[in-house]
Amino acid sequence: MMGFIWFWLVAVMIVGYVVLDGFDLGVGVLHLFLVRNEAERRTSLASIGPVWDGNEVWLLAGGGTLYFAFPLLYASAFSGFYLPLMIVLWLLILRGVSLELRNHIEVGVWRALLDGLFGLSSALLTIFFGAALANVLRGVPLQANGYFFLPLWTDWQPGLQPGILDWYTVIGGLVALVALTLHGALWLTVKTSGELCERARSIVDPLWLVVAGLTIVSLVATIRVRPASLNNYFNYPVSFVVPFGVIASMAAVWFFSRRRQPVKAFVSSSLYLFFMLAGACWGLYPTLLPATTGPDRDITLDKAISGPHTLAVGLVWWSFGMALAIGYVVFVYRSFRGKIDLQSDEH
Amino acid sequence: MTAELIHRLHFAFTVTFHYLFPQLTMGLGLLIVVLKSVALKSGHERWERAARFWGRIFAINFVFGVVTGIPMEFEFGTNWARFSRLSGGVIGQPLAMEGVFSFFLESAFLGLFLYGEKRLSRLMHWFSAVMVFVGSWISGFFIIVTDAWMQHPVAYEHLPDGQFQVLSFWQLLLNPWGLLQYMHNMTGAVVTASFVMAAVGAFYLLDGRLEEYGRVFLKVGVIAGVIASVLIIFPTGDLHGKYVARNQPAAMAAMEGLFKTEAGAGVVLVGQPDEETGRIDNPIVVNDLLSFLIYGTTKAEVQGLDRIPRDQWPGALPLLYYAYHIMAGLGTWFLLLMVVSAFLLWRKRLFTARWALWALLLSFPLPYIANTAGWMTAELGRQPWLIYGVMRTSEGYSNTVSAGNGLFTLLGFMGIYLLLGILFTVLIYREISHGPEPEADAKNAAAAA
Repeated sequence: MMGFIWFWLVAVMIVGYVVLDGFDLGVGVLHLFLVRNEAERRTSLASIGPVWDGNEVWLLAGGGTLYFAFPLLYASAFSGFYLPLMIVLWLLILRGVSLELRNHIEVGVWRALLDGLFGLSSALLTIFFGAALANVLRGVPLQANGYFFLPLWTDWQPGLQPGILDWYTVIGGLVALVALTLHGALWLTVKTSGELCERARSIVDPLWLVVAGLTIVSLVATIRVRPASLNNYFNYPVSFVVPFGVIASMAAVWFFSRRRQPVKAFVSSSLYLFFMLAGACWGLYPTLLPATTGPDRDITLDKAISGPHTLAVGLVWWSFGMALAIGYVVFVYRSFRGKIDLQSDEH
Repeated sequence: MTAELIHRLHFAFTVTFHYLFPQLTMGLGLLIVVLKSVALKSGHERWERAARFWGRIFAINFVFGVVTGIPMEFEFGTNWARFSRLSGGVIGQPLAMEGVFSFFLESAFLGLFLYGEKRLSRLMHWFSAVMVFVGSWISGFFIIVTDAWMQHPVAYEHLPDGQFQVLSFWQLLLNPWGLLQYMHNMTGAVVTASFVMAAVGAFYLLDGRLEEYGRVFLKVGVIAGVIASVLIIFPTGDLHGKYVARNQPAAMAAMEGLFKTEAGAGVVLVGQPDEETGRIDNPIVVNDLLSFLIYGTTKAEVQGLDRIPRDQWPGALPLLYYAYHIMAGLGTWFLLLMVVSAFLLWRKRLFTARWALWALLLSFPLPYIANTAGWMTAELGRQPWLIYGVMRTSEGYSNTVSAGNGLFTLLGFMGIYLLLGILFTVLIYREISHGPEPEADAKNAAAAA
């Protein structure tokens, strides 16, 4: 029971991270080509300025939660994905610094450099996060002692000894890149006005088509790479509501975007991310990290779970703390609600 | 280079660089609350501008602290997997609590503090500053609790599969080692912030511009500085030292360079330890002082390294000895300088005493060195243990990550952090050159548009 609860609590943290940091990563990708002049750049950055750091906290809090609830998984996955995680850290550093510091520097050349770094690191992060999720879904070559080490690539095939990047995980990376770019574009339609808002709206449709196509490709590919992903769905047919939710939320993005209801379109896109991730988690449960070296080496919930007392105490403070945290998040987003006005929203 | 050494250097390098930023933000959080409180009470615009100026310095430090802090949480898993696998049930807890209780609070209210001044009431903006301060100090608490359990493991049991589990949640959080270390460390953060604030004040007065702000900064910096410089030695440093001596005798003997057990042991003020001969070269010693400091009597026996098996000596003995002596020596200088400055401030002579202003200006890097040396003392003193007395450092690193891969990413971090260091210096220099005047802001905005 504790295992079930903590599995989904960690999943909630991941969903929280992807939905929230997802839009500011998407804004970062759009920073590369959608914004045209200094005022637009500052507007799009001001739309994420007060919140991006808080959004990133979901990653940290999620990592910490994973650490204490499933120490074996944390230890095995973090050391096994050593190289891509270090690259992710470097990208997070470059992105955070370039985002925050471009406003402190007046010289155009340096600003252009920081803008480029910000956009590029955002784009690479989305790709890495998508590929990371795909790595977990595909499985890794776990040894008998519960550890593994993956090189960045081998033969680009998701076989027994895959690399971080193969054709399947690259698809995962692309899904994340395009879906989060769409998410970011919808955020800009909520937060900005004028030309920038119009331009953001105009790329929603093409992005939507690509996301829809890639979603189908990724579902088919997942079933091919790990057929066991479907077991839970067939054992509990009611859970087909999740893929249905994916379709319905995608349809809602299209619908509300057409009706010029940006908030609802953004919420629909958040639901799409939620259903995609929930569907992936459900496809794994109760496995946490599948082994390509044989199912008896899978890291499962039972193998990885912390001691019972740890988890019982944890449930108390975690619930209390996250209730507070959600309170702050709601408060901050309420305080900064409405369209960006450069006069009052920069520091 | 062995994989063990690379993983140790990896963590040590990244955490040392990281802690340059939080030590300022934690201390500065408190001082900004002071500035905002005076501004709120007196309604003086000058104090508001001063708070805004330090808010900008805070923001730059905060971003650097965040981006260099994320690697720390990852490195438990990436570089110390065998340790994490067994200890997650204990120290994963405070680490997760830091995220849940502190980072959400801190990031939410920092966003409001930096971007929301025009949207919030004055009282609400003041409250945001208080919450940023509280958040950063909660964050420090959970990190110290984590470290304290490694220094002085309490309230745990071994599960059959080798994992550690918490027996008492409250005993873990209220570990006496942690409480003492927390008081000492947070005082150290206030020392850093007050020296930096006083140094910027001294810079403006010596430079002959922005003098009204220079006086505000000097006043707040010196008053906070003299209080913190006393507290860092007594009682926090004194109590923490006594606790170390009782619970980690090997660390204390190495810190003091005490090779032989002695009744009436002395304190070596100056001298170089020689591990081979077990002697201090060129010693200047105050007799009996160490016995007195630890046990309250000059005749008490203090355990030397001769009583400790060689395989339990802290590995980097001379480094530990120097780190401790640098910390203690600088602590003495902080007290001296701040007491003299506070006296001059009281006699209304500080603002014209150029020699004192120069001393304050040039002393700003020293608290960074002292804080770093203090942490080196704590962590080198814990060696050769990862969890004191329970798990050796050689049993904890990720042995699936080869030395080559570890060195690759260590070099990567060195390169990136060199870049960050340069960028940080440029940005802080710019902020200090512009100063707190809104004209500077206006010029800034004009140049940006």
